[in-house]
Amino acid sequence: MTSTSSSEVPDPNLDTCISIQNTTISYGDFEAVKNVFCDIPRGQVTAFIGPSGCGKSTILRALNRMNDLIEGCSLKGRILFDGADLYAPEVDPVEVRRRIGMVFQQPNPFPKSIYENIAFGARINGYNGDMDELVERSLRQAAVWDECKDKLKESGNSLSGGQQQRLCIARTIAIQPEVILMDEPCSALDPISTLKIEETMHELKKSFTIVIVTHNMQQAVRVSDMTAFFNAEAVEGGSGKVGYLVEFNNTDNIFNAPSQQATQDYVSGRFG
Amino acid sequence: MNNSSTTQSAVQIPDLGYKPWCVRNLRSRFLSVLAGLFAFLSVLPLIAVLVHILIKGFSSINVELFTQLPPPPGGVGGGIGNAILGSFIVTVIAALIAIPIGVGGGIYLAEYSTGRGFSQFIRFGTNVLAGVPSIIAGVFVYGTIVSTRILFGHTFSAIAGGTALSVLMLPTVVKTTDEGLKLVSNDLRRAALGVGASRFVTVSQITLPKAFTPIATGVVLSIARAAGETAPLIFTALFSPFWPNGIFDPIATLSVLIYNFSTQPYDVQNQLAWAASFILVVFILMLNLLARWLGRIASK
Amino acid sequence: MWCSQVNGRNSNHQPTPSGISAHLLLVLRKRAGVRVRFRYLSASRVTKIKARYLLRSRPPSEKLVDGSFKNLVVVMASMVALVLISILVVVFWGSLESMGRYGLEFLVTSNWNPVDDEYGAFTAIYGTLVTSLLALVIAVPLGVGTAIFITENIIPKKIRDVIGLMVELLAAIPSVVLGLWAIFILEPFIRPFLMFLYDDFGWIPFFSTEPLGPGIAPAILILVVMILPIITAISRDSLNQVPMKLRQAAYGVGTTRWGAILNVILPAAISGIVGGVMLALGRAMGETMAVTMIIGNSNVFSWSLLAPGNTISAMLANQFGEADVGQLSSLMYAAFVLMVLTLLVNIFAQWLVKRLSLKY
Repeated sequence: MTSTSSSEVPDPNLDTCISIQNTTISYGDFEAVKNVFCDIPRGQVTAFIGPSGCGKSTILRALNRMNDLIEGCSLKGRILFDGADLYAPEVDPVEVRRRIGMVFQQPNPFPKSIYENIAFGARINGYNGDMDELVERSLRQAAVWDECKDKLKESGNSLSGGQQQRLCIARTIAIQPEVILMDEPCSALDPISTLKIEETMHELKKSFTIVIVTHNMQQAVRVSDMTAFFNAEAVEGGSGKVGYLVEFNNTDNIFNAPSQQATQDYVSGRFG
Repeated sequence: MNNSSTTQSAVQIPDLGYKPWCVRNLRSRFLSVLAGLFAFLSVLPLIAVLVHILIKGFSSINVELFTQLPPPPGGVGGGIGNAILGSFIVTVIAALIAIPIGVGGGIYLAEYSTGRGFSQFIRFGTNVLAGVPSIIAGVFVYGTIVSTRILFGHTFSAIAGGTALSVLMLPTVVKTTDEGLKLVSNDLRRAALGVGASRFVTVSQITLPKAFTPIATGVVLSIARAAGETAPLIFTALFSPFWPNGIFDPIATLSVLIYNFSTQPYDVQNQLAWAASFILVVFILMLNLLARWLGRIASK
Repeated sequence: MWCSQVNGRNSNHQPTPSGISAHLLLVLRKRAGVRVRFRYLSASRVTKIKARYLLRSRPPSEKLVDGSFKNLVVVMASMVALVLISILVVVFWGSLESMGRYGLEFLVTSNWNPVDDEYGAFTAIYGTLVTSLLALVIAVPLGVGTAIFITENIIPKKIRDVIGLMVELLAAIPSVVLGLWAIFILEPFIRPFLMFLYDDFGWIPFFSTEPLGPGIAPAILILVVMILPIITAISRDSLNQVPMKLRQAAYGVGTTRWGAILNVILPAAISGIVGGVMLALGRAMGETMAVTMIIGNSNVFSWSLLAPGNTISAMLANQFGEADVGQLSSLMYAAFVLMVLTLLVNIFAQWLVKRLSLKY
């Protein structure tokens, strides 16, 4: 097991936003990902990469307690957000999600108008400012304003897949979370939409901490500052594979000078 | 004669023609005809019932039918105005009880339940309750509400009848709500929770509106079924030859009127039973078509 | 401090990718025509915006609404179980007295005599079983045959859809209306046939009485009409669920249409069909109005199907409203018997469907 401990974070100047401490997540009796240590720095883009089934999405969903929705999913260890344990018994998962927003793999706009898609979350979060301004600002930040400024009253489903995904990003920005989690946000999109979303991310990291799970290594290279490489290994006696964190470092180091052989193999395309 | 025919004579041309008198084809055709006959026999009762209701019922449709009370035995003229109003009242009471509880139960099953233990028991119970004979619902309400005089000393009443009908509607409403909500994609739930919505907001503002049409379809069908039910009403709502007098007194309904008047030896009453059947069937078929129309909207 | 972090960082920091050339990226961007314009937010502005979200911490009122909503739906779901259990309890409680007095003898004696306060429900139990089982015997071939006819492409789809719709609408006709129809149309219509049975087969106990109007035979026919739609609908669903590849396999080895239906498709769908048949049996046993109106309501036992008879539900419908205490308890006992019978059939049907489904 080659987990990197938090002390190995290369730039000690970076302020830690989310700290994953010795976290193990299981579905029922089956361990999906094991003993993860990882300090996600504030105001940066952190990418989780690795082969299928290595538990990177599971870890991501654990960061805003989306795993609560999955039957039989349990977590050991601690996840600290600004020093607060997200899994302390008195923590309200709904409040966690108001501070840590999420963009999902499939674009999933609400069956409401584009305007309402943005306003819905903001209203839930008690936004009392100018809603029109917020909608415009969020859509602009997500780089989808030009495409939908003339049809704000139309259904969110009338947009194309890439536009829908940017609408979903805008929806997440609109609640002004501290962190935005993105679970393979481009996997259902064409290359041009992907590019637009990557552009958006570059701008978003000026205001938000972003954690992104991606299958696409080039995407990790293009958008992220930090990269965590996960791998999966067969467990003795078990039927499935258990995921673990192999290496966490600057994206440059992960792709150009990885310290682990497995990372080297993966980023150079030898497996996965 | 020519080249090809000589070569072909060596190899037998396969006979691929349909042989109508071959045993397997005879048998196949016989069974097809038999199935068609069965299908014809199955739709025959509907046609016969509808035709007879139309012939016997439609002829007595007039204004008095809707505005007057039924005549005393042996009398002439009259209408079924009180029963039409009574059916409406009892069905509304049933809907008011069954829809909130049923939708709530369905929401629990679809949105909160774990699929084990308690919720499995509720699902099982819903299926069993759906199979309980309608007359038993009447016996149950008689035993709990009518004979105990629990409602301010009243016995037979519109509200007792409505309660009995609601027992029959409840499992249908629970099931359609459960199934309707399960059709809503989980992506949508995650989207709402992801922006920090609570469960209540997610259900009330996202999933329930999304599942509105399938739920409405099922609810309309259950109302249609309740409107035609008789057995639970005979000894809960009873019958009354007068106009409805509040919901704590016995009340006339179309279905009980048909039952009572069909067994009386007077032509006038029999005729009113046919007229009542006509109105009831038209109403129920219209509700069914409404449900169908809702279903078609949902599929678009 | 959050903002100072943002400003303190070099926003142009972008790792040079090893796998992809910066040039290619530029070209791609140009092609995509991406021009992202932003209003850059100053640190103070961001703080100001954040302050506008008043519900970042959920107020107790919101948590209360959320929590009570969950409790509310749990209570509503429990109502289903509560109603079911109370039905059992009420019926059982009401029948205790009669159970104590007659015990199991109630089930096999056929004197039902309110005047002498003597009760035995055999006539009604016999009526319930014989009407529902014989109705099933007639309705199953009709229903399954119809279902096959409207799922296999023997005739054009439009006509099939119309037949399907009509069978579904038949299910919507209230039972009391069917009863009315049975009294005035069906029974007079079939009386000559029943007469023929009596004249020529009167030596068989089942046809040993003269048909004089209402009786068990017309009750069976009206029950057939009532359960046909259930059997047809469930059989149709089961047949539709048989995977296409199974049909193709059967046709692929050269069977005729009916060879495929009888040897491959029906066996694959049998679990659903049997489940549907069991549900229909439960419905037939509990069916009240149409049967009450046409069965004759006689408590005198007779083997003959042409004689008037009774079923448990018909007896309840007829006597429950004006029964005195002793009779009421016996009626409750009969209701309890009916309840147990239908529960067993329904639970068995559910078990069957669950057990046999998804096995192709």
